[in-house]
Amino acid sequence: MSNYILITIIVFYLAFLFFLAFKTERNTKSKWVNNPYVYALSLAVYCTAWTYYGSIGIAANSGVDFLPIYLGPVIAAPLWVVVLRKIIRISKQHNISSIADFISLRYGNNRFLGALITIICFLAILPYISLQLKAISGSFEVIADETSYISTSIWDDSTFYIAFLLAVFATFFGTQATDASEKHRGIVATVALESIFKIGFFLIVGVYVTYWLFDGPQDVLTKFSEIDNIETLTTIPNLEGGLNWFFMIALSFFAIFLLPRQFQISVIENTREKHLKTAIWLFPLYLLLFNLFVVFIAFGGRLLLGDVAHAEYYTLLLPLSQDNVFLAMLVFLGGFSAVISMVVVSTLALSTMVSNNLIIPYGFLDKFIRNHPEKNAYYIKNIRRISIFLIIILAYVFYYNFSIESSLISIGLVSFVIVAQLAPSFFLGLYWNRGSARASIVGIVIGFLITIYTLILPFTINIISGSNSFVENGLFGIEYLKPYELFGINFLNPYAHAMFWSLSFNLAFYLVLSLVYRGNYRERNYAEMFVDSKNYSSLQDNALVWKGEAYVADIKNVLEKFLGEREANRALKVFFTKYNLPKDTQIADARLINFSEKLLTGTIGSASAKILISSVVKEEEVSLVEVLKVLEESKETIARNKMLREKSAALTSLTNQLREANLELLNKDQQKDEFLDTVAHELKTPITGIRASTELVLEDNDMPEQIREQFLSNILQDSDRLSRLINSILDFEKLSKGKTTLDVKNNDIQQVVKKAIQVVKHLADKKEVKIVNKNPHKLFLEFDQDRLLQVVTNLLSNAIKFCPEKHGVITIDYKMANKSIEFSVSDNGNGIPPEDIGFIFDKFYQSKNQNTKKPEGSGLGLAICKQIIEQHQGNIWVDETYKNGAKFVFKLPFK
Amino acid sequence: MNRKILIVDDEPNIVMTLEYAFKKQGFEVFIARDGTEALQILETNIPNVILLDIMMPKVDGYETLEFIKKKDSLSQVKVVFLTAKHKASDIEKGLKLGADKYLTKPFSIKKIISEVLDLLN
Repeated sequence: MSNYILITIIVFYLAFLFFLAFKTERNTKSKWVNNPYVYALSLAVYCTAWTYYGSIGIAANSGVDFLPIYLGPVIAAPLWVVVLRKIIRISKQHNISSIADFISLRYGNNRFLGALITIICFLAILPYISLQLKAISGSFEVIADETSYISTSIWDDSTFYIAFLLAVFATFFGTQATDASEKHRGIVATVALESIFKIGFFLIVGVYVTYWLFDGPQDVLTKFSEIDNIETLTTIPNLEGGLNWFFMIALSFFAIFLLPRQFQISVIENTREKHLKTAIWLFPLYLLLFNLFVVFIAFGGRLLLGDVAHAEYYTLLLPLSQDNVFLAMLVFLGGFSAVISMVVVSTLALSTMVSNNLIIPYGFLDKFIRNHPEKNAYYIKNIRRISIFLIIILAYVFYYNFSIESSLISIGLVSFVIVAQLAPSFFLGLYWNRGSARASIVGIVIGFLITIYTLILPFTINIISGSNSFVENGLFGIEYLKPYELFGINFLNPYAHAMFWSLSFNLAFYLVLSLVYRGNYRERNYAEMFVDSKNYSSLQDNALVWKGEAYVADIKNVLEKFLGEREANRALKVFFTKYNLPKDTQIADARLINFSEKLLTGTIGSASAKILISSVVKEEEVSLVEVLKVLEESKETIARNKMLREKSAALTSLTNQLREANLELLNKDQQKDEFLDTVAHELKTPITGIRASTELVLEDNDMPEQIREQFLSNILQDSDRLSRLINSILDFEKLSKGKTTLDVKNNDIQQVVKKAIQVVKHLADKKEVKIVNKNPHKLFLEFDQDRLLQVVTNLLSNAIKFCPEKHGVITIDYKMANKSIEFSVSDNGNGIPPEDIGFIFDKFYQSKNQNTKKPEGSGLGLAICKQIIEQHQGNIWVDETYKNGAKFVFKLPFK
Repeated sequence: MNRKILIVDDEPNIVMTLEYAFKKQGFEVFIARDGTEALQILETNIPNVILLDIMMPKVDGYETLEFIKKKDSLSQVKVVFLTAKHKASDIEKGLKLGADKYLTKPFSIKKIISEVLDLLN
């Protein structure tokens, strides 16, 4: 393909990414913002050109050794929910903007530590970026027409211009806000999209090689086994090989947390903690998918092309060998995407560190204090912009002069080993509050020096002098000082070896010095905050112990220099409202100091923030014991407050419960009063009749015989009524208190109907009412026969009561319903007035719409029926749709 | 001229005893089984005294008394509550509405007669 077409495509692709980033940055409601999948995909910034091209190079030469670099992150991913969440919480709470800021804050805003980490990261990442540039130029050369012009100087090297464009991109979208802890939505969106491109194109070429050029995976392996021993390429040979694997996995495990670009994406750019839940499965899945075809492409390449020297570019060479230029172009774009995302995010992260942890705290603070706020924002942004350009230009220079000859993967691994030096300070600092700044600094320096000796020095000497004597004979010819076989350990590869020794010493120094030196009070204060972050987040600004003399006006002055007058006023207003302080407060307290430091941290880094605030306040030394005491006290206060709040809530709810119970009791009491009242009234009526009739019969001797007999029969009738009433009341009371147990047996409902008809027969006959049993089939189900007889008898005698004389017809019927039967008794009387329907099952409720003669009855009949049916888990109701009279229905479930 | 009494109660057995006793005393007895019936009878007859139950279907004793008190033609009629409601609050309510006497069930016939005669003399 011609250079010009290629460059045109590259320019269009970059323009498209600019456009996407620009759109996303402007539109906060875009679907690229706040999306868990975008977050998870952007984490795949881990997969660089090294993954895209380098893995295949390794696979072609030494088989599955490319894998450990991805196993580390796969193992780390499930831990994110715990570890990364903690890191994200702390970082958000303190406006952290980089890993250097994070670690230096943990060790008490230690300025030197922040700068040291920045330098370490700079040294580790710069060659790594240049490695990416190398991948661009390498792949460019492969895909470009051989007859076309090959560059001879920087000015016509296309890689230089691409690097320049990437710098412009990173500058434009990376420095929109002065506060570096702000999110960079545009960059994250493009990184996520590039992640889709790179895996998509890689899978396409994987499928192409495996299924198009060959007949599936088995075919590749079978053919390959004819030219090489697959066994040795796809297995870990022995214990020593296993140890190498172990160290490489550990190396990548650390890298996924510690690489500045990973920290930038996973912590700084995280918008919601819950996005982690998507990331922990999607990211490992992404890595696994990426590695699916590596072996087949590598083996296929060796089978078809044979040339191992260019194995890294098999993905381009294979389609080109078949004249498939289009596919090669796609593969190139995928690789290009991997490079862009890595370079942009890495330079962004590095430039933030360089400006906030190196340049600003070590040179510009005095200047800032004197400047206007607008000028400060301008300076800070410019420092970052210049840093970005500087990093990319230096990376280009490095690429141009050194790394051209070394493979993609070797420089990447050197970067990993250097960055891993942060591991003890970082991980132990999160969980061990004794870890001190001095220990951290010494550990990192020692670890770095060992890395230089065991890895960088031999590497550089080899490149510069071409001599291998240093590696073969050791320093001063001492066997034990051989850089690749230090102290006789000769079974590890150079990277695993360097990592083993550097981290061992690093860790040892960190542990020992932490135990020896306790660190100052501020350090311990932050150590507590990081280690016990869960408890301290509730303390908020109280978590910083500070004693001294400070004035709000001075602090406000400093804030204004960096945030501008309006923003500073707004922030202070928020602060005063939050802690309920008067607006004209003059003396600043520890909370304001802490609050202001956090405000500045995002803009100028934590170390500078501390220095600036300290410059305007008079701080007193606080003893460590005092710090711990104060922290313990505030934690206790908070715990006590929480407990009190909980108790008070519990009390309130208890009071409410009591009030409700009381109301219910009152209600019940009133119900009981009413019940007794009604009972008394109902009892008094027949007694009155008996009393008056007896008096007359006893004292009136002239009473005609016929009237005397009438009175005597009335007495009898009233006595019966009285005893019926008493029985009903007792019955009802027993039922409503649940004192009766049902004698449930398998019975025939027809038996009940027959018996009930017999009971009411003489009443019905007297009134000449006809009783029709419509459905005389036997039906067995579980119920208490006596109780159900009581219900049916009650309903029948009620019906008789309300039937017209001589023309009365009562119909008994039942039908099957859903897992139950519906039994009904209907009459052709006047029906139940609608206003009564709601009350007829209440005790002592007697329908007002009765015939002039008050019907006999206790007023408890239906109430008792209801109790009985409900005890059978059934229900009873009036069928309001029945218009010819009254229809009572009850439903009994089958058990 | 015979004295007239209206007995308003929904319990036939009780009404029967009162009817017998007052007839024997020479009263002309009217009987109503609830408030509405009572008011119907009062359209055409003006008794000297009314024995009034309270808890009755349809229109109860209180409502009946309120109605009676509104009618000028019935201003001379004595009203006696005869009821099973025995609470002090019930009695107070009955007397407040303008009843001349408040007697409770169960009762002694002799006592009722003497109370009614007292009232009329």
